[in-house]
Amino acid sequence: MAHIADGLLSLPVLLCGAGVAAAGVGLGLRRLDDRLIPRAGILAAAVFVGSLVSIPIGPSSVHVLMSGALGLMLGIATFPAVLVILSLQALLFGFGGLTTLGVNTVNIALPGVVFAVLLGPAIRRTGQASTRATLAGLVGALSVAGTGCLVALSLALSSSDYTPVASVIVATYVPLTIGEAFVTATIVSFLARVHPDALRPVTS
Amino acid sequence: MRLVAALVAVCAISLLQSLPVAAAVFSVTVLVAALDRTERRLWSRLLQVEMFALLLFVTLPFTTPGPTLATLGPLHVSSTGLWRAALLALKVSACVLVLLVLLNGLEPERLGATLRALHVPEKLTRLFVMTARYVALIREEARRLSEAMRARGFTPRSNRHTWRSYGNLLGMILVRALERAERVREAMLCRGSAGRYPHVPLPLPRSMDWALFALLLGAAALAVTIDRL
Repeated sequence: MAHIADGLLSLPVLLCGAGVAAAGVGLGLRRLDDRLIPRAGILAAAVFVGSLVSIPIGPSSVHVLMSGALGLMLGIATFPAVLVILSLQALLFGFGGLTTLGVNTVNIALPGVVFAVLLGPAIRRTGQASTRATLAGLVGALSVAGTGCLVALSLALSSSDYTPVASVIVATYVPLTIGEAFVTATIVSFLARVHPDALRPVTS
Repeated sequence: MRLVAALVAVCAISLLQSLPVAAAVFSVTVLVAALDRTERRLWSRLLQVEMFALLLFVTLPFTTPGPTLATLGPLHVSSTGLWRAALLALKVSACVLVLLVLLNGLEPERLGATLRALHVPEKLTRLFVMTARYVALIREEARRLSEAMRARGFTPRSNRHTWRSYGNLLGMILVRALERAERVREAMLCRGSAGRYPHVPLPLPRSMDWALFALLLGAAALAVTIDRL
């Protein structure tokens, strides 16, 4: 439920989301070197594919967002990448919507970027595999939890009617957070072993 | 063209406030969707969206204050809450249908050209085209990797081993994507890439397209006006 469909949110929330998203995308594009566009584009495609893999957690199954991992690999360029991924999902599958594109981009990209910037340097510096995995799991869990809170917040700000629905959504994010933590930890440990350069963000 | 039309329609629907108009708009979109040769995929997509609407139906009538319609033990079903839920469900469904009908079968390559024609920044367009082009390839690669996992006797369960395996799978997809990106960049340089794609001329909209666009604009304006009266 990270994708909010058209027709639910109020105009101020939509405009605010679009504004923040435009700022983030603009900044991300400015920092993104011309030579690195293939890398960002193909990584976005990989994350798009990754989000199609469903992972069983308890009785239900979820798909990972990988926003934390994307934040670690792309830095601020996560914003344009997420925007592209969401537009493709809207076009190919009808997930999310056109008017909510901005809000959804912020909801997914912002927590990923923030926590990756905060914890990323420590992840890159540490030599111990277990510390790295724990920190990476933390980034994954916090980004997903942040996304859940932002989704609930944008619903609650649009209309007070949504408040109970919003709390239900926060509850559904709990299993997702656990799964994302483990998966992000494994992804980052794997990358650190196989392709350490991958964890250096492409933006300067 | 279709993109702009869809955006206008969705914005108009989001502005609606009264139930009868929303119902009318919804029935019109259902009619159009039924006329359009649509696949079953569309309806299953709609069903998924309705799950959220159902959630609203379950919570809203009990939490919105208003005249009581029925009493379920200690809970009161308020009519205002029920109306709000119905209105929202109709609006969301209508939006999804508009998007699916207007944008179904739009190729990503064509969309790239459209974005450029709409003066979206060059870098963003390039990123978009690049991603759209490689999704199919990487999806194929992911399918091969997970097939190999199944061949080794992997069955997904809800435990740490499964999550770690999926993490490795996703990590492998990312590593291969990075290597592919490196090869693509070198290939682009070899072909004298100057940082921009050659422009593909977009077919000009025909008069039929203009007429349909005008019709849609008129319908959207009409719906919003009736709604506000």
